[in-house]
Amino acid sequence: MQILRNEAYFLVYAAVTKYAAQRCIWTFYKVAMLKIKNINTYYGQAQALTNVSLHLSEGEIVTLIGANGAGKTTLLNSLSGIVPPQSGQIFFHDTPINNLAPHQIVRLGISQVAEGRQVFKPFSVDDNLELGAYLKQKFLSGKDKVKKNKEFVYDLFPILRERKKQLAGTLSGGEQQMLAIGRALMANPKLLLLDEPSMGLAPMVTQEIFRVIENFSREEKTTILLVEQNARAALKMAHRGYVLENGRMILEGMAAELLENKDVQRAYLGKDKKEIWER
Amino acid sequence: MDNFQQLIQYVLSGLSNGAIYALIGFGFAIIYNATGIINFAQGEFVMLGGMLTIFFLTVFHLPLVPAVLLAVMISTIVGVVFERLAIRPLRNAKPLRLIIITIGASILIRGIAMLVWGKDTHALPAFSSNEPILIAGATMLPQHLWIFGVTVLIIIISRIFFNYTMMGKAMRACAYNAQAAGLVGISVKSMTLISFVISAAIGSMAGIIIAPLTMTSYDVGIMLGLKGFCAVIIGGMSTGFGTVLGGLVLGLLEALGAGFISASYKDAIAFIILLLILFFRPEGLFSKKETERF
Repeated sequence: MQILRNEAYFLVYAAVTKYAAQRCIWTFYKVAMLKIKNINTYYGQAQALTNVSLHLSEGEIVTLIGANGAGKTTLLNSLSGIVPPQSGQIFFHDTPINNLAPHQIVRLGISQVAEGRQVFKPFSVDDNLELGAYLKQKFLSGKDKVKKNKEFVYDLFPILRERKKQLAGTLSGGEQQMLAIGRALMANPKLLLLDEPSMGLAPMVTQEIFRVIENFSREEKTTILLVEQNARAALKMAHRGYVLENGRMILEGMAAELLENKDVQRAYLGKDKKEIWER
Repeated sequence: MDNFQQLIQYVLSGLSNGAIYALIGFGFAIIYNATGIINFAQGEFVMLGGMLTIFFLTVFHLPLVPAVLLAVMISTIVGVVFERLAIRPLRNAKPLRLIIITIGASILIRGIAMLVWGKDTHALPAFSSNEPILIAGATMLPQHLWIFGVTVLIIIISRIFFNYTMMGKAMRACAYNAQAAGLVGISVKSMTLISFVISAAIGSMAGIIIAPLTMTSYDVGIMLGLKGFCAVIIGGMSTGFGTVLGGLVLGLLEALGAGFISASYKDAIAFIILLLILFFRPEGLFSKKETERF
């Protein structure tokens, strides 16, 4: 009798969890803030992305890994309007954005930290941050908000506060990366696109920047799409990951799964097992 | 002593011409920095400034100040229309193609001006009296003072604009890196438009303040435009003091050359300087190598 009851409990429990899981998946798709559907992007004649699809849910950190030239930066540039896709669709909160100019996309709440930082070198650190909030201060209002955001960025990266008046071109690589991220945050993005924040930086500095990004994302519920060469660090931080190869999406999965995936380990995590190579 | 007085005279007229060249050069530099285009219609804004002022003074009998304001406004509108019709639709074209379009536009504007105002030269009355002022034996007209004053004022205003206002900073940011500017929400298109507005306004103002000294006609834009181009090349395409110095150096050399060698070489001197600069120091005389980290 006791056994039978347990059995019944278990069946009910299983049914409920299954239902919940389905519900979960359903809501999961419903709150997807960004949906990329089958985009194809070209540089002149050369196709850089082929039928790439991707989605991001609110509050997620998703990483995009792949080798040099796989199309990671192109995907971000297609998203932010720098290299608009020739076909396919991009929806942000169900608004199609694939035909908008970069500044209109920023206005909707997507900020990109471009590859190689791209800070305004002849401007001071302070000016760089203010330019990041350009859309907030077009009219005379908005000064308070900008000041508040600036304090927020300076709290996030205290070294920038010390360098406030210095020209951005005189900062070290790591500091420039922090400035580039801070500048993007000045626009209060809902979605932050990070293009190789670790590029050319010492491991210690990379770690520091990743730590700040992770904390920030958790506290502010900002969704992040992170493009990285340093696949291990990126997958450790992210919830989910995508793998891009030759302009095509070849894998998608939870970050933990990708870390365990044999192909990913071999190709991107540097776990070169001789047996695999010389099979 | 006679030579010394002559020297002062040449220096004075050289500096006042130089100030005008600097203003015209500013117009070139502002558009070049925002878009990478060299706007060869810049000289036509200069012509329009002077001609429109005369038009409002003589046909509508307006007082000087409203006539000047209207002239600047209309030249600016011409600049906006030009950008909208000829530059914006071809935004993805190569700069060279756009430069050739600006040459075409300049011919068009000049042609229309000729049809409207004829081929005669016109004189704008001096802003204040025509009483010469004696300085160390050389004579200076009050109009020279107007030229120096207005030039200094425009330079100060543009420095404030580019260094302390958000819009000015956004324009500089756009000039430095258009892609990064787009990513912080700056609209590259509107910055292009604003650059045309500002250069048209500055160019027409230059044309107005020089008109009482040199007379004006439908085709003054060619020569003044080329001199301004020369000034901005000497100044290394900067929107700062490089171009001001470039204009002054050009004006001085021209005046001294015309005075001590021959007046018929006046224009030739400007172009010899232009060629020498382009051959030997295309980055300009005053540009420093910038130090920055990568």
